[in-house]
Amino acid sequence: MFVKDMMNRPEKFSIYWKQFVRELDNFGYGSLGIVALVSTFMGAVITIQTVYNLFNPLIPLSAVGIVARDSIILEFSPTMISLVLAGKIGSSIASEIGTMRVTEQIDALEIMGINSAAYLVLPKVVAAVLIFPFVVTISMFLGIFGGWIAGTASGVIPSVDYIQGLQNQFIPYNVTFAIIKSITFAYIITTVSSYHGYHTKGGALEVGKSSTDAVVYSSIMILIFDYILTQLILI
Amino acid sequence: MIELKKISKRFESRNILSDVSATFQKGHINLVIGGSGSGKTVMMKCMVGLEEIDEGEIIYDGQRFSGLTKKERKPYRQQIGMVFQGGALFDSLNVEQNVMFPLSMFTEMSLEEKRDRVNFCLKRVNLPTAQKLMPSELSGGMKKRVAIARAIATNPNYLFCDEPNSGLDPRTSIVIDNLIKEITEEFNITTIVNTHDMNSVLEIGDKIIFLYQGSKWWEGNVDDILRTDNKEINDFIFASKLAKGIKKV
Ligand SMILES: Nc1ncnc2c1ncn2[C@@H]1O[C@H](COP(=O)(O)OP(=O)(O)OP(=O)(O)O)[C@@H](O)[C@H]1O
Ligand SMILES: [Mg+2]
Repeated sequence: MFVKDMMNRPEKFSIYWKQFVRELDNFGYGSLGIVALVSTFMGAVITIQTVYNLFNPLIPLSAVGIVARDSIILEFSPTMISLVLAGKIGSSIASEIGTMRVTEQIDALEIMGINSAAYLVLPKVVAAVLIFPFVVTISMFLGIFGGWIAGTASGVIPSVDYIQGLQNQFIPYNVTFAIIKSITFAYIITTVSSYHGYHTKGGALEVGKSSTDAVVYSSIMILIFDYILTQLILI
Repeated sequence: MIELKKISKRFESRNILSDVSATFQKGHINLVIGGSGSGKTVMMKCMVGLEEIDEGEIIYDGQRFSGLTKKERKPYRQQIGMVFQGGALFDSLNVEQNVMFPLSMFTEMSLEEKRDRVNFCLKRVNLPTAQKLMPSELSGGMKKRVAIARAIATNPNYLFCDEPNSGLDPRTSIVIDNLIKEITEEFNITTIVNTHDMNSVLEIGDKIIFLYQGSKWWEGNVDDILRTDNKEINDFIFASKLAKGIKKV
């Protein structure tokens, strides 16, 4: 119902475009810092843990590279980064729209005949769906790079073995799958959070509650869809 | 001119407005007064179509406004300016962009023309140099004035102001009241102002409607209000000792 409401024809393209560019900057550039931090450390931890778990003279050390690469690409980058961004972007969307609701800014839009749901939500959804695959791709590279740094710095896996492992049995489809996941999660985060913001009633206290709800429900939805997609596509 | 014919509004079976009928004249300030929670804001939101009434009719210059679809209301949108209780300026836009927003929505003006119009409106509300400030950098009174500038940007025929001077000092209040009065008379607008400020009532009360628990309890002008012996309205307007003293004199 809400999604259908916002799909009604936009009134003036230019005002949508401005919003879109703002969100693109916000979601993409604005989240690079945290994504870089989380991805690098995540890659480092995954690599060291894999070495630890695979400690067996029969398995070549390069297997660590394969396992680290695949877990980063398949699960950690798309899902974990989306969960982190659900916290960052989801709460900011819900509190932005929620504040606009309780301070009557949404009424002010409606008074001017603007379809406020479309104006506020559509640019966010489109921007996130476009930018998430890039963010997640960056996260993959940084994760793998973090693994390399941790592995060589601590000396648990030599650089040659790690890099050889990275190149072994690489399945490009895994990347496609990760991109599909990131697009789905982008859609979930923006629509769920906008919904909670838009339906805020009351004052500042309720805005805070909407923003918490947005993060909780988007995270739950991400986990559920992660499971569904994995089962549907990979098996 | 706007007419209300026996309008009623319920929220979850709670009656907020019951059977209110009223006429709001063109070129005059029509005041709606009443205590907190008496239904002023709800009535205004019904009149502009942000809330739907449950019974009755709302007539804009002879044309039925209530019951129209969103699409059918489009032509009215450009005619309506509204100043919200808290200003409702768009946080992410500066003052100039805020006032320009309805112009971009409704007109095909060039950027130059829009700028001129924005400057004109900002001058009109005595903020000739505030263009680049963000809403968070404005004082309460400045916000209200920017909100008025935005509301009059498209030259509306109907101006709705929800407590334009609540929370302002008496002097700024009077400046804003007089501003609304001037604009109303200058452009022959049908203006409706919600207030519970006694100074406003005495200053600009052409025509006054008193809402009490969601019903129209009384109507008249300033002179009438000073003479009426209606108990509720006296309790409301002359709540303070000072005011009671003034009334006796
Ligand atoms: N969306 C809503 N849902 C349910 N009840 C509402 C809603 N909006 C307003 N009310 C109720 O309607 C009544 C009238 O509210 P309204 O905002 O019109 O008062 P008001 O006269 O504008 O008061 P104030 O002077 O404080 O602004 C209040 O009791 C309020 O609780
Ligand atoms: Mg009110």
